[in-house]
Amino acid sequence: MRWFWYASPQTFFPLAGRIAPWCGLAAAILAAAGLYVGFFVAPTDAQQGEAYRIIFIHVPAAWMSMFLYVVMAFWAALGLAFNTRLSGMMASAIAPTGALFTFIALWTGSLWGKPTWGTWWVWDARLTSELILLFLYFGFMALHAAIEDPRRADRACAVLALVGVVNIPIIYYSVQWWNTLHQGASVSLTRAPAMAKTMLTGMLLMALAFWLYSIAVAMVRVRCIMREREAVAE
Amino acid sequence: MLAAARCVLSRDLLLALRRRSDVATALLFFVIVASLFPLAIGAEPNLLREIAPGVIWVAALLSSMLSLSRLFAADHADGTLEQMLLGAAPLGVVVLAKAAAHWLASGLPLVAIAPVIALQYDLPAVLYPVLALSLALGTPVLSLIGAIGAALTLGLRGGGVLLALLVLPLYVPVLILGAGAVEMSAAGSGGEAQLLLLAAALVFAAAFAPWAIAAALRISSE
Repeated sequence: MRWFWYASPQTFFPLAGRIAPWCGLAAAILAAAGLYVGFFVAPTDAQQGEAYRIIFIHVPAAWMSMFLYVVMAFWAALGLAFNTRLSGMMASAIAPTGALFTFIALWTGSLWGKPTWGTWWVWDARLTSELILLFLYFGFMALHAAIEDPRRADRACAVLALVGVVNIPIIYYSVQWWNTLHQGASVSLTRAPAMAKTMLTGMLLMALAFWLYSIAVAMVRVRCIMREREAVAE
Repeated sequence: MLAAARCVLSRDLLLALRRRSDVATALLFFVIVASLFPLAIGAEPNLLREIAPGVIWVAALLSSMLSLSRLFAADHADGTLEQMLLGAAPLGVVVLAKAAAHWLASGLPLVAIAPVIALQYDLPAVLYPVLALSLALGTPVLSLIGAIGAALTLGLRGGGVLLALLVLPLYVPVLILGAGAVEMSAAGSGGEAQLLLLAAALVFAAAFAPWAIAAALRISSE
């Protein structure tokens, strides 16, 4: 396999253009199916009523927010190791989508928290580490924006992303530990024991849709970045 | 290799000694920030005792961040940094020595003065050693992580604010463990676990942060 064939922006540009619409279309179909299952097929939760249905957005968004940071760090590491131009472009194309999903996860989480917990915000371990993840995404984007030379920006951001990805588990566990120290079981995230099969189906459909949406948007964004930085053509 | 580290360390310490006002400013900042909280929250002794570890740690965090942007700036401006990058001594060792000098000039005074702040907050005297120890273990980690941010933002416009945005989220575990150690001791269950974890964080940071700092410096001064 010639892995490095597509490492050049010139050859990747048309490929990205071909991938983006298909992924976008698939994402739209899957999201429609997932939302249908979530709103009309899945049963009402015995304890939380209809409010629980926001998990069909919330949980996949939270998954994607963490997963995209790892993907970003992967591209960053690749860029530092092989000094390829495309890797840095991919990392900076993924960052805004990751930040978006982090924000969506926090937003829908607080929308769910108000009727269920009776409060918009709780210093729960997961909420807090998600918030810090959002700060990490913002730091990445702010550093990229502050450096004039895009190649230098890519490499500096790559170091930051790698430092961040090492820190994320440490932050997660320290926050969890802090949380268990500070407050008792005033709020519990545990839901009804077994999740209905349709609920799981809806959630997985939405997760796939978000995944494909991320690919589509990253491809479109990476094409914009390529156009900004160098002369590329179909 | 060790000679180079010693040389950089003594040079940076000498520079800090010659510019005593920089060190004093950071220390003063620490004291002022810690003194603002009772004014804002109220002087209720029980409340102050409860928030003391957290306030002292947040103030230490901010104060150690204040001097970070100066860590490489002067060397960058007068070309010393380029010589360090070109020199035979491994860059990782050099930056480790620089981070150590930064801690000795900005972290160690905090450790020394923290009991005085704790006194203002009416923290029980038995907690002073735990507080000092947690700061002594935690502030070097802050210096090491902060040095990564300082190297990344070297020579950028608006570097100071950007540095805060990059570094503060990474400080979170140290803050939790440091303040937690004192709070746990105050609650009577001992803070050994937190102190051990802080020591582990210090070892981890001392081993890996120099690589990241060196890589960031090479990128910044291309």
